[in-house]
Amino acid sequence: MTASVTIQAVEHRFNNFTALHRVDLSIEAGEFIVLLGPSGCGKTTLLSIIGGFFTPTKGQVLIGGADMTHVGPRDRPTTTMFQDYALFPHMSLADNVAFGLRMRGVGKAARRDKAMEMLDMVGLADKGSRKPHELSGGQRQRVALARALAVDPDVLLLDEPLGALDLKLRRQMQDELKEIQQRVGTTFVHVTHDQEEAMAIADRIVVMNQGRIEHCGTPEEVYLNPKTPFSADFMGEMNRIEIATGQAASLGGTDAQPALDGGTLCLRPESIGLQGDFSLGRARLAHASFFGSHHRCHFRPLEAPDREWIAHLPQGIALHPGDEVELFGRNPVIFPRDAA
Amino acid sequence: MRILSWAYLIALFTFILLPVGVLVVFSFQDGRLPVPPFKGATLEWYASVLADRALMEALLNSMIVALISAAVSLTLGFLAASGLARVVLPGSVLMRGVLIAPMTVSYLIVALGLLQMFGKIGVRPSLLATGIGHVVINLPLCFAIIYASIGEHQKNALKAARDLGAREWQVLWLVAAPMLLPSLAAAYFLAFTFSWDEFIIAFLLTRFDVTLPVEIWSMLRSGLSPETNAVGSLVFLVSIVIVVALELLLFRKGAK
Repeated sequence: MTASVTIQAVEHRFNNFTALHRVDLSIEAGEFIVLLGPSGCGKTTLLSIIGGFFTPTKGQVLIGGADMTHVGPRDRPTTTMFQDYALFPHMSLADNVAFGLRMRGVGKAARRDKAMEMLDMVGLADKGSRKPHELSGGQRQRVALARALAVDPDVLLLDEPLGALDLKLRRQMQDELKEIQQRVGTTFVHVTHDQEEAMAIADRIVVMNQGRIEHCGTPEEVYLNPKTPFSADFMGEMNRIEIATGQAASLGGTDAQPALDGGTLCLRPESIGLQGDFSLGRARLAHASFFGSHHRCHFRPLEAPDREWIAHLPQGIALHPGDEVELFGRNPVIFPRDAA
Repeated sequence: MRILSWAYLIALFTFILLPVGVLVVFSFQDGRLPVPPFKGATLEWYASVLADRALMEALLNSMIVALISAAVSLTLGFLAASGLARVVLPGSVLMRGVLIAPMTVSYLIVALGLLQMFGKIGVRPSLLATGIGHVVINLPLCFAIIYASIGEHQKNALKAARDLGAREWQVLWLVAAPMLLPSLAAAYFLAFTFSWDEFIIAFLLTRFDVTLPVEIWSMLRSGLSPETNAVGSLVFLVSIVIVVALELLLFRKGAK
């Protein structure tokens, strides 16, 4: 089952601290949404409001079109997968997974079958009688997912569930989460501070900062055309090139920005290269290191030797520190003066 | 250094255990007085303890008061701890403080207060009054032990249970209680032992039916006898059994 979620003008305050400022967000049924931002940006608060653990100070939460603002977690069609998994330590895995069904009055045999089916989905079918403490972190993770999905929620809320796993396991779980989400079709709302994780799994990314939504869009949109300097920086490395008013810079591309008159020109490291849509002028290579998929090169522009640009150049480029080359840019992101 | 530390260890244990050891040894005294010299071993005093109706009744009374008052303290302490762990209310800190406060008051003061209050509202000194007194001193203890064992992890598990559709009593009964079982058991056994050994409150709040420590006290008034040592040894044995059971059942399991 699946449902849409609509957040309307939600504001949330803790004593004097405003965690969320009038947030509006529409999530389609069956979407995989990632709330992304630094700690303290309000993403977990927003998740708790969708899950019913907090009642917002102002505003409304609709799930599947029904007003859920004042409904508790127990009566919402949502389940949450907690950061520390929150498994019940005294119950076997099968009992953990079947707990929600038991609370809904499902008979013993039926809930046992469903629990085994869910454990099978996450690849733990043979471990149903084990206790949580006998499992590794990644396995507990899967049990928590199976438990949350066993009650067929319309919306699954995931609170930084991959934070405690090591990098390799995290990448593997991201793929599994994405695959399971596509299989069950439930709306997933996932909280993380890891932008790579967000890009790996999200249909849409919601970038949050200081209790506000900075940008909401597909990974491509958010990465390539960030709406604010904050989301530009948060989604990955950016070279910022300040352009003074009156000193127009020509960005002679095809779909071209006209001449830019004052503001900040932002370029991802991979958008600077030896070819491109517009010239950035000559620069000297300060130092470079090889990263496998690319060379990470630190350039100092001849016009402003105190600045440093970082460019990712393709493998096989033969440049040495001290070499002077003309650099070109593409896919520019431009913020007018007042936004930067 | 090594010899010194061993000597220290032996001295420490001697200091702690000598009084109890002497008590136990002279409970086997073949003579009228439980004082040196040791004249030989006999089980005569144990036989007379077990044949003493008043003592056996007091022992039964103590058992009943301890079992029930510990159960009440545990239940109230568990409910208070899970409630305060669940929500942050204005004044949560104050509420916790007030709950724990009786622990800092001497048993004598608690007993005096209860005596006066019971006098006012017409509750006669009795086992019931003593049991209530024991709940007053043991509830803070149970609350503190259980509250301390509810960490972030346990709170999240309780949240998860509510999220999955459990009603509040189901959360408490199916998740909180089994999950906190080790600390619940520790709290219960401690409350039981404290009630079992408690003298001042029981002394002031009982009259005709008395608990074992009060009965032992009245035996002592008629002078020393190996029989009091024998009762004392039996009381000590019960405490030992509880401590060992606790160790074997709970802490051993927890360490695994």
